[in-house]
Amino acid sequence: MTSAPARTTAAAPPAAPAPWRRRAFAVVKAATTPLLPEDYVDLIDPLRSRTQLRGRVVAVTPETADAVTVTIRPGRGWRGHVPGQYLRVGVDVDGVRLWRAYSITSGPRTDGCVEITVKAISGGAVSTHLVRSLRVGQVVQMEQADGEFVLPPTLPGKMLLVTGGSGITPVMGILRHTVDRLDDVVLLHSAPRPEDVIFADELRALAADGRISLQERHTDVHGMLDTAELDALVPDWRERETFACGPAAMLDALESHWAASELADRLTIEQFRPALAATGEGGTVHFTGLDRDVDCSGSSPILDAGEEAGVLMPSGCRMGICFGCVLPLREGSVRDLRTGEVTTASPGDGVLVQTCISAAAGRCDIDL
Amino acid sequence: MTALQKKDHNPIAHLTREDIESLGRELDAVRASVIETRGARDTAYIRRVIKVQRGLEIASRATLLASRWKPAFVVGTVGLTVSKVLENMEIGHNVMHGQWDWMRDPKIHSTTWEWDNASPADLWKHSHNELHHTYTNVLGRDNDLGYGIMRVDEDQKWVPFYLGQPAWNFINACFFEYGIAAYDLELGKYFAGRKDKAVFKRDATKVLNKIRAQVTKDYVVHPGLALLTGSARRTLAANFTANLARNLWTHSVIMCGHFPEGVETFTKTSIDGETRGDWYLRQMIGSANISGSKAMHIATGNLSYQIEHHLFPDLPSNRYQEIAPQVRDICERYGLQYTSGSLPRQVASAWGKVIRLSLPNHLAARLHRPRRRTPVAPTALPSRIVAVADGRAA
Repeated sequence: MTSAPARTTAAAPPAAPAPWRRRAFAVVKAATTPLLPEDYVDLIDPLRSRTQLRGRVVAVTPETADAVTVTIRPGRGWRGHVPGQYLRVGVDVDGVRLWRAYSITSGPRTDGCVEITVKAISGGAVSTHLVRSLRVGQVVQMEQADGEFVLPPTLPGKMLLVTGGSGITPVMGILRHTVDRLDDVVLLHSAPRPEDVIFADELRALAADGRISLQERHTDVHGMLDTAELDALVPDWRERETFACGPAAMLDALESHWAASELADRLTIEQFRPALAATGEGGTVHFTGLDRDVDCSGSSPILDAGEEAGVLMPSGCRMGICFGCVLPLREGSVRDLRTGEVTTASPGDGVLVQTCISAAAGRCDIDL
Repeated sequence: MTALQKKDHNPIAHLTREDIESLGRELDAVRASVIETRGARDTAYIRRVIKVQRGLEIASRATLLASRWKPAFVVGTVGLTVSKVLENMEIGHNVMHGQWDWMRDPKIHSTTWEWDNASPADLWKHSHNELHHTYTNVLGRDNDLGYGIMRVDEDQKWVPFYLGQPAWNFINACFFEYGIAAYDLELGKYFAGRKDKAVFKRDATKVLNKIRAQVTKDYVVHPGLALLTGSARRTLAANFTANLARNLWTHSVIMCGHFPEGVETFTKTSIDGETRGDWYLRQMIGSANISGSKAMHIATGNLSYQIEHHLFPDLPSNRYQEIAPQVRDICERYGLQYTSGSLPRQVASAWGKVIRLSLPNHLAARLHRPRRRTPVAPTALPSRIVAVADGRAA
């Protein structure tokens, strides 16, 4: 397998600009201080920014009743992706910027665009927004593609792909890129009903052409996949390099089955939505930079608990008005002691919270 | 104005402890109602203001390149002034209060924002957000009361130095951004030997770097670019004028917030053990509003709603106008003064106080003609205040 060419070229550091350009840039910067020149460029073209990767939505295509494919033209600085990787996308929902990761599902595209396929999850603010309210022309925030769910450099001879629901999306990215160079692929895909199968036509066409062997399972009729059925469904599953993506319960079952069969190293899984720690009253606050844990009650501010435990924390008015105590919440939930509102961050979110009016709502990581 | 606790007629004497706590709950409910409805409309507002300001700034600076031609000089100067006013007031001041942090946009966030002003953001946030907003109008704790160079309350001790304060105040108004920078540096405290030397040195470097960047931009780079069009001198003059006008404007607005007659001050010990209700009460009667048009409110950064701003410094500024009637209503029902007046009237009142208190109290008293005030009678006795059952004001 070869990785996407854009990625390899981008790995080289950009050549140092000519001295006259550097000087010209210094003058422009001096003219725009305290802002940066790009803050003004953003007024005209938000995709030109070098420091903030953004993309413009060029198409929104329905896949099923509750799933769409969003085609995004990435801005300057996009380094391309490897099939199977995901993309973190930031959109403003009700005025609040929220970030989620979605698998890139596009195959090779000559126009440089990428596609993500999103299924609306009930109660999922971002997925619902993307499926129902996203419009062509809108600008979204992006990060570089990331993720380890990619094929090894030497393509496996025999492959088994086990997917459930929207777990098909990274696998679709892999198939679209690489199916021509794969000899023997079995895809075991579960969805509640036939009409819920994302990319159904394309998958069935691949199967009809004999390029993959497809086993569709409709869980509303056949029930969930049981690992005990594997021997009957895919008799040679032990000989295959297996890639799986889907609901946490399915992945857990597969992992223990493969482990029990002493084949753990032949299974690669992709888990999308990490099970969020249950929110509760109080919890352990982990200060990541210090690598320290502090117990925090549900009724006292993290700032107080931290200071009592001897952690030197930034602070200010201590009543929520001066924002002198703001720190990034890397993961977990905190509760606003004034309003009871719970703020939850997924790993990497770095949502900034005021520690003087926030209590731990379950275990959480604070960047200090 | 003297410290509230020493007044013959204490304006909050009629309130019981219960009243004050119930006032606190009503204000909490006002706050909650705004937070509940914060959303895309507010986001669109601040983004639009930022876009307009940046567009106006670019257009004005481009126009000034042709300022050899007089109309371009006038238009460019006015445009740049308005742009600087917007940048400092409705955008900078409010973003640095964390009013827009809930958007989670790292570009419009109190921790990342830097403004077009001589005072570096982090120093200003400490002296303004933390000290001034926490200790509003507490004599000896809130240095904004006279900025350490003026006497604006009868309870501040008179020394002959204060005779010159009308002049200091005028000079401070002209170079307000530098005054603020020096103030944020706590120069007075440093010279009195009450500030850590290393901290002072670090802060001073920050201020000097900021000032250098600001001065280079306005007085070197832009006039330098205008050399190419033969408009360098006019561009220099335009930048100076815009900074001066912005300084005079922000100084006036800020004076109107806490200096006019009718605003109360508090003694140092009076805030010990203050409850949330007490705190709200102090903010409410320690601030004054300016009445006027929508454009005027935006130009003041909505600090014309100083009372609302001091009660809820972190609510989006575009919402103050909306909650002002509720706050006024609460004031009236609890029999409290809601100080408000037109810009000329409030500016005159604040200046009047600066001039009057440049004299010792016995002479100042001769000049003092208290503003004729309609006596404020509570329109509803506390017993008639409907309890907040469901967390909202009835």
